[in-house]
Amino acid sequence: MPVSLKLENLLRMEHLPHMWCPGCGIGIIVKAMLRAIDAMGWDPRDVAVISGIGCTSRAPGYLNMNTLHTTHGRALTFATGFKLARPDKQVIVISGDGDATAIGGNHLIHSCRRNIDITEIIVNNNIYGMTGGQYSPTTPLGAKAATAPWGMVEPSFDIAKLCIGAGATYVARGHVGSGVQLERLIRGGLKHKGFAIIEALSNCHTQFGRRNKLSDPIELINHIAAKTINVKEAAKISPEEMRGKFAVGILFQEEGREEYCEAYNRLIQRAQATLH
Amino acid sequence: MHKILTGNQAAAWGAMCAQAQVVSAYPITPQTTIIEELADLVDKGMLKAEFIKVESEHSAMAGCIGAQAAGARTFTATSAQGLALMHELLHWAALGRLPIVMADVNRAMAPGWSIWTDQNDSLAQRDTGWLQFYCESNQEVLDTTIQAYRIAEQVDLPVMLILDAFLLSHTSEAVDVPGQEATARYLPPYKPSIYLNTKEPHAFGGIVPQDIYMEFRYKMQVAMDEALEICQKADEEYGAMFGRKYGLVDVYPNDDDDDDDDDKPKAQSQKPKAEFDVMLVTSGTVTSTARYAIDRMREQGLKVGLLKTRLLRPFPTQLLCEAVDGVPKLAVIDRNICVGMGGIWAQEIKAALYHQPYKQRPLVLEYIAGLGGRDITPEIVEQIALDAHKRDKAMDTPKWVGLKE
Repeated sequence: MPVSLKLENLLRMEHLPHMWCPGCGIGIIVKAMLRAIDAMGWDPRDVAVISGIGCTSRAPGYLNMNTLHTTHGRALTFATGFKLARPDKQVIVISGDGDATAIGGNHLIHSCRRNIDITEIIVNNNIYGMTGGQYSPTTPLGAKAATAPWGMVEPSFDIAKLCIGAGATYVARGHVGSGVQLERLIRGGLKHKGFAIIEALSNCHTQFGRRNKLSDPIELINHIAAKTINVKEAAKISPEEMRGKFAVGILFQEEGREEYCEAYNRLIQRAQATLH
Repeated sequence: MHKILTGNQAAAWGAMCAQAQVVSAYPITPQTTIIEELADLVDKGMLKAEFIKVESEHSAMAGCIGAQAAGARTFTATSAQGLALMHELLHWAALGRLPIVMADVNRAMAPGWSIWTDQNDSLAQRDTGWLQFYCESNQEVLDTTIQAYRIAEQVDLPVMLILDAFLLSHTSEAVDVPGQEATARYLPPYKPSIYLNTKEPHAFGGIVPQDIYMEFRYKMQVAMDEALEICQKADEEYGAMFGRKYGLVDVYPNDDDDDDDDDKPKAQSQKPKAEFDVMLVTSGTVTSTARYAIDRMREQGLKVGLLKTRLLRPFPTQLLCEAVDGVPKLAVIDRNICVGMGGIWAQEIKAALYHQPYKQRPLVLEYIAGLGGRDITPEIVEQIALDAHKRDKAMDTPKWVGLKE
């Protein structure tokens, strides 16, 4: 998909073409993120994009901003350090479902709890794509994976619910079937002061679809889209009718709770006033 | 039974032959196909094991520790960052005296991100109390996996076997697979001396005061010392049963080598009968490249030989000293770097030779090559050998070979 001249400035064009499989949803999500950053009017030099390991985490390599490609599951810990050192900068973390909720699950819930002003986009494609299709904490019950030839035996995480429960103050969910909605949800996260999560349901037809009779990317994207329901519509139907469906839109938002860097700064000032 | 296996499959088939009962693992390139193969073997019913895919490498080792403490034979595999993340539990497994067997696919550490081979990941775990074997071929990977269980369970220490990323892990070779029945004649069922027996409950992992801790460590040292002979015996007996043995160090060319008869066990005289002006010292796949380069150089009349080091811990000091006795110069090729000191194998070898009488102590020349998976070609090996040939005194710092300006 061609990118506009404006977005081209946000990409390291010399590093393209990217390494993702043809038809991968990560491209749609990265483009939605770039449009959201562009809409914010930020100077790319004021933006830091930090990632861990996996297909999704390769994204910062293509972005013409301050980028940090860190260790598996720990992107949020690097980002927390960065944000505390430079609270004036805009910090975005981009992770996959395995990176964010398995090896990095601990850091995810504590970032939610602290309400640090970071926006995290979690690309949820229900599988470890890069290493060859091992099941992740979001692989649906019964779905097949390289390490689950007879179907996934463990119940899966609902990432959005997990983050709401852990204390994130902006939680939204979109999907690769609607890049426009994703852009709007990401923009909402970028505007929000506090910890913002945007779960982006995505397609890995190569590793997930192929094992689950959904190997065609368009078919898989349609399959994902068909499982989504607008959050306002979701509120009108019964829990039984919601089973197997994913509400999309802004699922939770709370403005006014104190942000972590500000709380930390206030503590420093209070301690200094007492000591001097 | 001969099969075409990659190095990773060979590690998995080794664990299958040894009848590992619990496999706990987390995916990481270039290790992943080991656990995928094991998942497949479990699925096909060829291995009766519990397979657990956990949420990190730290948890993978923790899973093995729990299962082994409960009395089960376990296996896992990892690489580079995954091994580094396991570090805390590597100590735990060794101090807990749990004979876990693990394959590590050598991969360079980040940043910058690399998925290609070098040895810094495993060598950084030198002091955790694990035995470490470095493999040259896919057959050696499979055979070492089986030997590893035999050794580990005799000394109650964990064993790591190490194979080069891609050069072995993803490269196919014909591998002779003994199968479970034949392996069982070599490797008796796991009967732990200490484990969590529910009929007779014990406490593991309690606090150990100052007056006891040192004795635990001492017992580990004693076990490591004993391990050396046990490793040799395990290799000898494996050779007698399956026709293949590797030695803990291997000299090439060796007058006992009999190239005409491949079915015979590989001859293993530790003492070189050939005369060498320079002996290259290698571990991992560089060894095969060096064998080829040495053949070429010897045809041109250069007296170059090779010492393959297979075992890092326990370090085979005595065997090494005997193998290099009378050799004036060693050229150690290190596919790793301890920044601030030099090549890690070179440091180990220098320490091992220190107590040799002056005249029997060869000059140790240190070369760094092939980091981050850069090819070590026969030409590079020749370049190193020729450079060593010209030198008559030690270098101030290791020589980096093939470095870009």
